[in-house]
Amino acid sequence: MALTDRSSRHSRLRWLVVAIPYLWLIVLFLAPFLIVVKISLSTTAIAMPPYTPALDLTAGIGALWEQIKEFSFDNYVFLTEDALYWESYLSSVKIAAISTFLILLIGYPIAYGMARAKKEWRTTLLMLVILPFWTSFLIRVYAWIGILKPEGLLNQLLLSLGVISEPLNILPSTLAVYIGIVYSYLPFMILPLYATLEKLDETLLEAAADLGCPPIQAFWKITFPLSLPGVVAGCFLVFIPAVGEFVIPDLLGGSDTLMIGKTLWAEFFSNRDWPVSSAVAVVLLAILVVPIMLFQNAQKKASE
Amino acid sequence: MAGKLLTAGKSLGPIRRAFAPWNDPAAKPFIQFQNVTKTFGDFTAVDDLSLNIYEREFFALLGPSGCGKTTLMRMIAGFEEPTSGHVMLDGQDLVGVPPYRRPTNMMFQSYALFPHMNVWDNIAFGLKQDGMPKPDIATRVDEMLALVKLEKFAKRKPHQLSGGQKQRVALARSLAKKPKVLLLDEPLGALDKKLREETQFELIDLQVKLGMTFVIVTHDQEEAMTVADRIAVMDQGKIVQIATPAEIYEQPNSRYVADFIGDINLLEGHISSTEGGVTTLDCDGTGAKVQVSQDGGAKLGDHAWFAVRPEKVAISLSPPADPSVNAVTGEVWDIAYLGDVSIYHVRLATGATVKATITNTTRLVERPITWDDKVWLTWSRDGGVVLTR
Repeated sequence: MALTDRSSRHSRLRWLVVAIPYLWLIVLFLAPFLIVVKISLSTTAIAMPPYTPALDLTAGIGALWEQIKEFSFDNYVFLTEDALYWESYLSSVKIAAISTFLILLIGYPIAYGMARAKKEWRTTLLMLVILPFWTSFLIRVYAWIGILKPEGLLNQLLLSLGVISEPLNILPSTLAVYIGIVYSYLPFMILPLYATLEKLDETLLEAAADLGCPPIQAFWKITFPLSLPGVVAGCFLVFIPAVGEFVIPDLLGGSDTLMIGKTLWAEFFSNRDWPVSSAVAVVLLAILVVPIMLFQNAQKKASE
Repeated sequence: MAGKLLTAGKSLGPIRRAFAPWNDPAAKPFIQFQNVTKTFGDFTAVDDLSLNIYEREFFALLGPSGCGKTTLMRMIAGFEEPTSGHVMLDGQDLVGVPPYRRPTNMMFQSYALFPHMNVWDNIAFGLKQDGMPKPDIATRVDEMLALVKLEKFAKRKPHQLSGGQKQRVALARSLAKKPKVLLLDEPLGALDKKLREETQFELIDLQVKLGMTFVIVTHDQEEAMTVADRIAVMDQGKIVQIATPAEIYEQPNSRYVADFIGDINLLEGHISSTEGGVTTLDCDGTGAKVQVSQDGGAKLGDHAWFAVRPEKVAISLSPPADPSVNAVTGEVWDIAYLGDVSIYHVRLATGATVKATITNTTRLVERPITWDDKVWLTWSRDGGVVLTR
């Protein structure tokens, strides 16, 4: 008897352990998302909240059904009609993709150098990569304003060195957005890359050399293919949040820098159009689900 | 993976027996180490070492970990450069030649198979690197796959193979380019005992058939004895003895070698006579006089050791009839029954223990000699050797 008691308690405990992450996702992700979907199907109204129907549960089940029948996909249709939205989406994806590529280009050598550094140095180097996180993200982006603005540190330096005779107009511009994204997201590329490169068995490179492969070729034939899981992880960790980035284009970008985060913000706070901004958010999520699924697929392949 | 890699090797046996270029003063060494020293910081891995290895030889570097044997091999492969001295291959100085330009290939202890390539691509890697035409690569890879009997596994990735299969892929990959020298770094360490013994004989057959020079690094003395034409026993960056397996076993030149290879009994004493080609050693404590038909370079009055293998010691309940025979007496302290043999540990009056191995030629029902019996241990004059160091 004691045995069955214990095993049933055991299974209940196991159920609880599995339930916690699901509960977390349901409460903090799925429920808010459903609310956003609901708002995206509503229409604007001068009310509190500023949309209708508000799905007032106090009116009873019958009334609720009447309200649900008012839902429409007009907001989604609207997104396809105004070029601003799809241009914002496209521009966001483009900026995120180019940034991801630049970050990979800069991050790979750094991660490689760290993984090949002496063992006693690696922890320190890793700390240095993580160190910027100790300062608020917002403050770090503001710091870039101080560096890039016309009378900022960069222009002062270049002017005093005589490299330029007139200050560069980097801020605000799309270039500044690239600088901001590359700087802010670099650690998210370096960390997974470092993790895979550090695990790489160096005897494989010796074996390649032994079979007649010079070091540079060995990098492309052995090191790089074996670090692909890290490359893929790093790229998605950078690309996905960069697409929806708001703070960087808002602070560093010019009026011509189109990014969906900025568009969404303007829709929500300036236009106070909750339903349309909700539709923008839902479509953004749908766009990002594709790379997320690709990412998961790649992870599954790597672990096989 | 049972079954021999080759059966033709057997007929080549007599050729192999006659093979001894190291005794021929006219023979040109294939691999030469000339006063090679290698230091890592303040650690000396290889200490002013000179060594000749001949073409078609199966040469073993044997020693405990940290003795410098792996460093020596890595200097042939080019992964380490000597701090001073020269490494020559076929008359050419290898110093400064990067590993990817050396005509040597290595089979790694960890196999070092490329995990993102299948078996076929692993074996083809070196051939592609040489720019060999595609049809030739295909022929050669298929040939290698057949040699190691892995034709059916060509499309498998390394992680889908067993340890023995991985080992075969590694061997095929290192042989594919027909290297002048094949280097084997503890190649069988990861295999279980039975598979290891089988593979040892396959390696010998392969080496004889291909006519290549093999250099093997191992800490397993049985492995070295089985496969090698000659063995170099190393200690602290120096070679203690280079000889054939039989010489190493029967004529060790030092207590270190005698103790490292097989089991040995050592009796300490002084040389009291060297007359008539017979060396006499007065053993400390027991007063026993051991007569040996060989002097090991010892002179009258030298402090020396008498070394005799346990299987060359006979054990008896009665004293020898001929008083001139070498004998010591003691009590049976312990008996280790191993099935095929029994090892008797006999304690002498001095407290020293001498081991005697007796072959169990009949089924053991009752031991004629058992614990606490007073016994005599005897051996012939050429049963052991005198060692001075």
